[in-house]
Amino acid sequence: MSAKTGVGAPVLRKEDFRFITGKGQYTDDINRQDQAHAYFLRSPHAHATIKKLDISAAKSAPGVLGVLTGDDLAADKIGGLICGWMIHNKDGSPMKAGAHPALAQGKVRYVGDHVAVVIADTYAQAKDAAEKIVVDYQVLPAVVDMNKAKSSAAIHDVAPDNVVYDWHLGDKAATDAAFSKAKHVTKIDLVNNRLIPNAMEPRAAIGDFDAGTGVYTLYTTSQNPHVARLVLSAFVGIAPEHKLRVIAPDVGGGFGSKIFIYAEETVCVWASKKVGRPVKWTADRTEAFLSDAHGRDHISHAELALDDKGKILGLRVQTKANLGAYLSTFSSCVPTYLYAPLLSGQYDIPAIYVEVEGIYTTTAPVDAYRGAGRPEATFLVERIIEKAARETGTDPATFRRKNFIKSFPHQTPVIMAYDTGNYTASLDLALEMADYKNFAKRKKDSAKNGKLRGIGFSAYIEACGIAPSAAVGSLGAGVGLWESAEIRVNPVGTVEVLTGSHSHGQGHETTFAQLVADRLGIDIDSVAVVHGDTDKVQFGMGTYGSRSGAVGMSAIVKAVDKVIAKGKKVAAYALEAAEKDIQFKDGRFSVAGTDKSLAFGEVALQAYIAHKFNGQDLEPGLKEGAFYDPTNFTFPSGVHICEVEIDPDTGTTDIVKWTAVDDFGNVINPMIVEGQVHGGIAQGVGQALLEGAHYNADGQLVTASYMDYTMPRADDLPSFDIGMTNTPCTTNPLGIKGCGEAGAIAAPPAVINAITDAVGHEDVPMPATPYAVWQACQKGARKLAAE
Amino acid sequence: MYAFNYHAPKTVRQAATLLAKNEDGKVLAGGQTLLPTMKQRLASPSALIDLNHAEGMSGIEQKGRNIVIGAMTRHADVATSAVVKNALPALAALAGGIGDPAVRNRGTIGGSIANNDPAADYPSAVLALGATIVTNKRKIAADDFFQGMFATALEEGEIIVKVSFPIPSKAAYEKFPNPASRYALVGVFVAKKGADVRVAVTGAGSNGVFRSKECEAALAARFNAKSLDGVKVSASGLNADMHASADYRAHLIPVMAKRAVDKALAK
Ligand SMILES: Cc1cc2nc3c(=O)[nH]c(=O)nc-3n(C[C@H](O)[C@H](O)[C@H](O)COP(=O)(O)OP(=O)(O)OC[C@H]3O[C@@H](n4cnc5c(N)ncnc54)[C@H](O)[C@@H]3O)c2cc1C
Repeated sequence: MSAKTGVGAPVLRKEDFRFITGKGQYTDDINRQDQAHAYFLRSPHAHATIKKLDISAAKSAPGVLGVLTGDDLAADKIGGLICGWMIHNKDGSPMKAGAHPALAQGKVRYVGDHVAVVIADTYAQAKDAAEKIVVDYQVLPAVVDMNKAKSSAAIHDVAPDNVVYDWHLGDKAATDAAFSKAKHVTKIDLVNNRLIPNAMEPRAAIGDFDAGTGVYTLYTTSQNPHVARLVLSAFVGIAPEHKLRVIAPDVGGGFGSKIFIYAEETVCVWASKKVGRPVKWTADRTEAFLSDAHGRDHISHAELALDDKGKILGLRVQTKANLGAYLSTFSSCVPTYLYAPLLSGQYDIPAIYVEVEGIYTTTAPVDAYRGAGRPEATFLVERIIEKAARETGTDPATFRRKNFIKSFPHQTPVIMAYDTGNYTASLDLALEMADYKNFAKRKKDSAKNGKLRGIGFSAYIEACGIAPSAAVGSLGAGVGLWESAEIRVNPVGTVEVLTGSHSHGQGHETTFAQLVADRLGIDIDSVAVVHGDTDKVQFGMGTYGSRSGAVGMSAIVKAVDKVIAKGKKVAAYALEAAEKDIQFKDGRFSVAGTDKSLAFGEVALQAYIAHKFNGQDLEPGLKEGAFYDPTNFTFPSGVHICEVEIDPDTGTTDIVKWTAVDDFGNVINPMIVEGQVHGGIAQGVGQALLEGAHYNADGQLVTASYMDYTMPRADDLPSFDIGMTNTPCTTNPLGIKGCGEAGAIAAPPAVINAITDAVGHEDVPMPATPYAVWQACQKGARKLAAE
Repeated sequence: MYAFNYHAPKTVRQAATLLAKNEDGKVLAGGQTLLPTMKQRLASPSALIDLNHAEGMSGIEQKGRNIVIGAMTRHADVATSAVVKNALPALAALAGGIGDPAVRNRGTIGGSIANNDPAADYPSAVLALGATIVTNKRKIAADDFFQGMFATALEEGEIIVKVSFPIPSKAAYEKFPNPASRYALVGVFVAKKGADVRVAVTGAGSNGVFRSKECEAALAARFNAKSLDGVKVSASGLNADMHASADYRAHLIPVMAKRAVDKALAK
C-alpha cells in the first residue's frame, strides 16, 4: 500500500483517461440492433384541455412504427409517475397529489408536457410524422405567479386552489413567546430564484424488450438505477423487478435532475414491447430546458427575534414553494424536510416555526437540485443574519460568533441533532485567509477608482449522508435511504467493489478504490468499482444528497471488514494457527508473535482452492456484502467569504476574492473534494449572479436556450482560496461528512451579502445581473441623496 | 431540419445564377445563424447555395486608405490579421470579441452584415466607419444599408462580395455583453476621421444599429470622454427585454461611448 494512493492522497481520477479520450459510454453512445427512435410531441401551451387528438395521418407517415398516446397507456394499465414522499398538511390530512400520466390524458399542464410519442425508423421521420398530429386544444389560463395561484384556474381537480400542501414544522407557541420578548426584530422578504440544472449530457433512454426472455432492459441517464427499477416495476407497472433491468452507464452530470423517473424513459421501455424494437430517445437541449425538473423557486418572508445583547431568540419563516405542474419523484420533501430542518443554521436558536405552502403552477416540475432545500434554507438564514447584524450595528463576523452553537451534540428545535462541529474554527481561518482586517482599506481604494466594494459572509450548514431509514420513513419517505456494497475478491486477490452508489462526475471509481485498496493493503489498480446496473449490483439507493461517501463508503468498509474477518479464518487454516492469533495489517495476514504470514492475494487463493480447510467447517470463496443504514445525518459546515467590486456605471459585479473554509470531516481524496467545492461554488455563483428561469405570463419559458439562460463560464468566476477544518463525523465509521453540495449551498448568500454590503441596502434580487445591480445602485443613490 | 437541395458554386456569378433559379434558396456562409435556425425548423430554404467554395470571396487587403475584407472572411481571420491590427485595430478587437472560438472560426463578416442581427457587433463598425458594402450588383453606403432589425438594403438575389472600410484616425469599440448570449446588450463603436465623428450603437435599438446623434454632437466639439459627461440618450425606440430595460440601455450608451473614446485615445 503506497502513501501515494492511500486515504487522504490526491490520487488522479482513474476514470478521466476514459472520459478525456472520448471513450466514455453514455446512453446516447449505445446503439441496439434495429433500434427505432422516439420523438415526443410536446405541449406548446402552459395549460389546456385536449379536445381532440388526431394521430391518423402521423401513423401512416413514412417510417412510422407507432404513435402512442395517454389512451394507450391507460389501455395497457400503465400507471402514472409517482411522488415518493408523502407530506401531511397542518391538519394531518395528506397532500394533494394530482395524477401524472407519462403521456397526457385529456389535459396538458406546462409547456413541454408530453402529448404523444411517435416511434419511427429514424428520428427525423418521427419528428416529421409528429407534425402531422392534429391537436385541438382549449387553452386555459396559465398559472405562473405563486402569489396568485390560489385564485387561478385549477391545474389538478384534486387541488382546486392549486395548493399541494400547507405544512409546518416547529413550535409556534414557543416561537411567538420568543418574539414577544424580543428587543429587536429583523424582517426580510426573499425570492430564491428558479434554476434549470443543465447537466452537460442531456437525458436519454433506450428501452429494449427481449421477446425471447420477456426481459425489458432500460438504458437511462439515472443517478439511481435501482430506484428507477423499483418505481417502474412496483408503481408504474412496466414489469416485475426480475423482468426489468436498468442500466445507468456513464452519466454526464446530474445535479439532482437525473434522480427522478421521467415520462420519457417510462414510455421508451413500455413502447419497446409495443413496437417490437428497441426505442431510443435523447433530449435535445431545448427539451432539457423545458422538461428536466427545475430547482429552487421559493418566495419567503422571515423574521428573526433578538434580545438586547444581540442573541437570537427565535426565527419565524413563511415560504411558498413552486412545485410546478406535477409532483416529481422527490419534489414534495425538498421544500419541507430537506429545507425547514436546516433553518437553525450554525446558530443556537431556541425557537423556530416554519410554514411552507407547496404550490402547483403551470411550469415544469420542480425537484431536488444540487443542495435541494438546503441552499434555500442557507440563503434565508444567512441573509437574515447578515441583515440583523447590520441593523444592530454589529460586525457580521462578531454577530455570527456570538450566536454560534458551541457545544455538541446539539439538538435544534427543527428535528436535527448536530453531532459535531467547530464553527468558530472555520470562521477564524476564513477571516484570516480573507484578510478581513484590511477590508476597510481595500474598500477605500476601490472608492477612489469609482468602484463599490463589499464583503459577504455565509456560514452554512447542510445535512448530508442522507439518511437514517427509519427516521425518513417516519417523516413520509416511501423508501429507506441506506446503501449497499459487495466486495468480490477474485482468486488472485484483485477486487471488485459493487456499490449501490452511482457516479456521474463524483469520481467514485477513484475514491472507492482508494478506500478499499488502503483497507486491504493492495494496489489501487487491483480494485475495480462496479455500479449502475441492476443485474450486477443487487440493490442500492443511488447518489444524491452527498451520501456516497458517508453512506456508500460506510457500506463498503462494513463489507471490507467482513472480507478481512473471513480472510482471517482462511489464513488460520492456511497458516495452521488459531483464528484469534491472526492479525491483518498492510495487506498481510500474520500469526501474532511469529514471522509466519500470507499476503492478501495468497489468502484469497486459499479461500477459492479450499485445500487447507474442510468446506463443511468454512465456506470456500471470498465475497461479502453489507447494507449500511446511517444513524444520523452528517453535518458539513463552513464559512465562505465573498468580496466583490461593483462598477456602478454598468452594474457589473466582479468577484475579486473568494475564501472557502469547509469542514467535511475526514477526506478520502482532497483533490476530488476541492473539485467538488469548485463546481459547487460555480453553481452557487451561477444562481447568485447569472442563472434564472423565467416564464412569461402565458407560461412560456423565455429562458429556454443559452441565448437567454446564463450558465456560468470560467471567466465569470474568480480563483478560489480553499481551506479546510476537520471535526470528524461521529456517527459513521469513516468520520466523513460529505462535500458534493457545499459550494452551491454556501455561495448564494455570500455573494448577495457582499453586493448588498457594497450598494448599502438589502434590495438586491437573484440573479444579481448587471441590470439588477445597476437598478440597486440607482436605489442606493436615491437613498443617499435623500439622507 | 427539413430536406433541401445543396449547391456548391465555384464563383459568385454561379452563386447568383443558382440563387435566381431556386425560389426560397439561401446562400450559406459560416452557417452560424442559418444552420441553427434550420435545425430548429424555423427556416426551411428549398436550397442552400454554399459560398464556401466560391473563389475570391475571402481575404483582407489594404487598398490605399481602405481596408477591404472579402465577405467570406472569418471573424478569426479579421481578429488576427496583421493588416487589420495595424491599420484598424478596433475592428480586429471587435471581431475577436464575437461569440466563441468555434463561432469565430466559421462565422463570416458577410453573413453577419447580411443577417443584421440587432445585437451583432459588425454592423456598428460598418456604420461608424462609413464603410461601403460591395455586392455582385452595386456598392451600398453603410448609411443606406441597415434598414431595421434583420432588414438590409440587399435585394432578392444580391450577394455581398466584400466590405471596404475607410481607415479612421481614431476608433474603438466597447461592448457590454448580454450576460447569457454575449451578443451586444449595448455596443458602441466610435470613429473619428478628420473632423468627422461617428458613433454607432448596436444591441440597443429596436430597429437595429443606429448612430447616436447625442454622442456625436458632444464629441464633435472635442473628441474626449469628458465631452460625454452629462450626455443623456433618450430611451425611446430602445429595446426592452428581461436582460435590460430601455432606460438601462439608454444609460449604457454614453457609458460605453466614454470607454470607447478613452480606448481610442489611448492608442
Ligand atoms: C453561439 C454564437 C454566438 C454568437 N455570438 C455573436 C456575437 O457575440 N456577436 C455577433 O456579432 N455575432 C455573434 N454570432 C453570430 C455569428 O458571428 C455570425 O456572424 C452570424 O451567425 C452570421 O454569419 P455566418 O457567416 O455564420 O452566416 P450564415 O449563418 O451562413 O448566414 C446568415 C444569413 O446571411 C445570409 N448571407 C450569408 N452570407 C451572405 C452574403 N455574402 N451575401 C448575402 N447574404 C449572405 C444567409 O443567407 C443567411 O440568411 C454568434 C453566433 C453563435 C452561433
